Amino acid sequence: MATEATEVTGDGPSEARRRSPAIECRGVTRRYAGVVANDQIDLEVAEGEIHALVGENGAGKSTLMKMLYGLEQPDEGEILVRGEPQVIDSPRKAIELRIGMVHQHFMLVDAFTVAENIVLGAEPDKGGGRLDLEEAERRVGELARGFGTPLDPHARVEDIGVGQQQRVEILKLLYRGADILILDEPTAVLVPQEVEELFDNMRQLKADGKTIIFIAHSLDEVLQVADRITVLRDGKVIDTVAAADTDTHQVAEMMVGRPVLLRRVEGKATPGGPMLQVKDVRVTAGGKEVLAGLDLDVRRSEIYGLAGVEGNGQAELVEALVGLTIPETGRVYLDDDELTRADVRTRRQAGLAYIPEDRHARGMVLQMLVSENSVLGVQERAPFSRRGLLDLKAIRRRAVELIRGFRVKAPSVTAPAYALSGGNQQKLVLGREFASKPKLLIAAHPTRGLDIGATQFVWQELVEARDEGVAVLLISSNLEEILALADRVGVIYDGRIVAQVRGSEATMSELGLYMTGARGGDEEPAA
Amino acid sequence: MPEILVQLFGLATIASAIRAFVPLYLATLGGVFNERSGIVNIGIDGMMIFGTWFGAWGALQWGPVAGLLTAVAAGVAVAAIHGMATITFRVDHIVSGVAINILAIGMPRFLSIVAYGQGTQSPQVPSLPKIDLPGLGEQSIMVPVTVLLGFGAWFVLTRTIFGLRLRSAGENPRAAESLGVRVRGQRWAGVLISGGFAGLAGGYLSIELVGLYREGMNQGRGFIALAALILGNWSPIGAAFACLLFAWTEALTVFLRVDWINNAFIQSLPYIVTLVVLALFFRRVRPPKAVGQAYEAGSPV
Repeated sequence: MATEATEVTGDGPSEARRRSPAIECRGVTRRYAGVVANDQIDLEVAEGEIHALVGENGAGKSTLMKMLYGLEQPDEGEILVRGEPQVIDSPRKAIELRIGMVHQHFMLVDAFTVAENIVLGAEPDKGGGRLDLEEAERRVGELARGFGTPLDPHARVEDIGVGQQQRVEILKLLYRGADILILDEPTAVLVPQEVEELFDNMRQLKADGKTIIFIAHSLDEVLQVADRITVLRDGKVIDTVAAADTDTHQVAEMMVGRPVLLRRVEGKATPGGPMLQVKDVRVTAGGKEVLAGLDLDVRRSEIYGLAGVEGNGQAELVEALVGLTIPETGRVYLDDDELTRADVRTRRQAGLAYIPEDRHARGMVLQMLVSENSVLGVQERAPFSRRGLLDLKAIRRRAVELIRGFRVKAPSVTAPAYALSGGNQQKLVLGREFASKPKLLIAAHPTRGLDIGATQFVWQELVEARDEGVAVLLISSNLEEILALADRVGVIYDGRIVAQVRGSEATMSELGLYMTGARGGDEEPAA
Repeated sequence: MPEILVQLFGLATIASAIRAFVPLYLATLGGVFNERSGIVNIGIDGMMIFGTWFGAWGALQWGPVAGLLTAVAAGVAVAAIHGMATITFRVDHIVSGVAINILAIGMPRFLSIVAYGQGTQSPQVPSLPKIDLPGLGEQSIMVPVTVLLGFGAWFVLTRTIFGLRLRSAGENPRAAESLGVRVRGQRWAGVLISGGFAGLAGGYLSIELVGLYREGMNQGRGFIALAALILGNWSPIGAAFACLLFAWTEALTVFLRVDWINNAFIQSLPYIVTLVVLALFFRRVRPPKAVGQAYEAGSPV
């Protein structure tokens, strides 16, 4: 303490200012309609550090970030930026304070070029309101240099990869002179190699004196790159710890409030004979072969994890399996039935269940009741309907069963499905699909957007289904999930399975190489 | 030259096509602005109708130039209703547009009775002097003006800061807002510019093309403009070609006479061509991504 005081007197007020934190929240509270989203938050982010913010869904991370970026205002408390109390009442004000934010869902204009996206709102003027595109491209080129792999300012954003789009977002902030960068779940959309590059870039930014606040779900990643970690739970700050002094278990426990284990779940069951067989399936969409003669089999009592960067044919494979598209060639067998050309209902009756990646688009009808959603797809079967009339009592009974059995938090069975949180909607879909006693369960990104608690629950249910003899096809772009659950892992790249390994032997870096096509499908798939 | 070729491509047909091109293209240019800013405006037809009425009325009072300006003002005023409904109150864009088209059926008749003592027609109104364009016959001075406006629209949309921001509001309003672009302001600009163009198109029809206001004279041109907007891929340049095609088919309804084709069929050519062309090209065009979506900003206007 004494040395610090001497320093301040020695170097004058400028030194004192440099030492004040980039961001400081004092007693910040934010309520929505009676719910306290942020409760007396005290947070201190030092200048030039990488500060991670972790917590379950609904812990209040997003609310806090929104207040820092001026999208929301605190009801109580104050926010200090570089030591000065500030009212950040709009993103414009945040930009003025040199605070920038990369949103989880990118805020990019797909039809615009990289340069246009970066300068939008602060465009170089050629005079008379004329857009100076050359100047824009020159400045963007300058900013992009020395910051990761080259970026073409003329390229349209819709034509570049996700990792590059993210760099465009960061460059947008740098172009506006931001030196406090807020990154909202930046790794959620990236494959492992891209995550590495992002972290390199983050360290580079830190070396350039920037302050970074980032939200993350993956604790391994957080510990890799962050200097300090603040854990939020139920709208409160639990603690701020130095990354060097902690580990994933400790942080996870702080987040959830009880010990958690998100690690490989070994099964009791041993895989049996093949349940799903996919042979040489080809699907063409938009003139491009999206499934290029794909072969795949999933056995009884097996979780087959299909890893891959999104857009390599996963969506089309799922559609071909559940009957939403009919492949041009190839065959699909479930147990002894050939289902290549069967319609969706026939497939479901044959024992196929499906947890869709977008529960809003396919999993449920949000405007309909919880009870109605509980029997979607089986509504025409007894006991839910008889002679074309619905048995509302039986339907309600099923809904109550699902809510109890799958710990769905719902206000009532007659509430609309949109009244449920994302995690609870997912549990309901899961329960419904399990209740149909399937032979094959197709789970597409079943934990996307769920927090640790809900994720753990979904994982357990998948493992239990497997142990009961169900064949599970797990499609996920989250490698941790694949590695934690899968008995066998296949990597899909460019519409083909390019690698197949035993789950216990798979490693993240190896899968990552296959996923990005860095290692090809010439080798014989093993296992 | 064989008679059929004269009918298809003769001076009279081309000159007539150019006359039909002007209102169609002006209305389409307006449509480009509102759609690129994110607002659907099927009320263009109604705005044109108001332009025809107020154009004629203004020309009667103060002469043709003032008449055209009155038409523009009328279009802008009606567009302000659409802007109020869609931007401020976030009414569905189609519903508001339909309401404007219905308003444009009743209102001009009422105004005519008040102004002229009869419901369907105005007296003859003064026009601008004609100019002789080589190869295109005698034309309104509005023809070169329209071409200039087309280039101007292209320049504004693609080469100015205003244009970039306007397009960003129609493509991804959230992204635009997060960068400090005032989305609602951009959309207001798009709608009001659209109304101005539609009004001018209507004014041209009554003042320059016909020389008076007559009920129903617009003949659904606003809807063909919407088709030209799509066929022209939401670009002022593309729209020019689309409008030339539609204007030419319109000219054919007058000049094409073939024994073995029923005249009723020829009369409906513009509409048939519109349908066929849209059916063929609809999949190849790329509308602004956020067009027609209400935008709820973090902060209201």
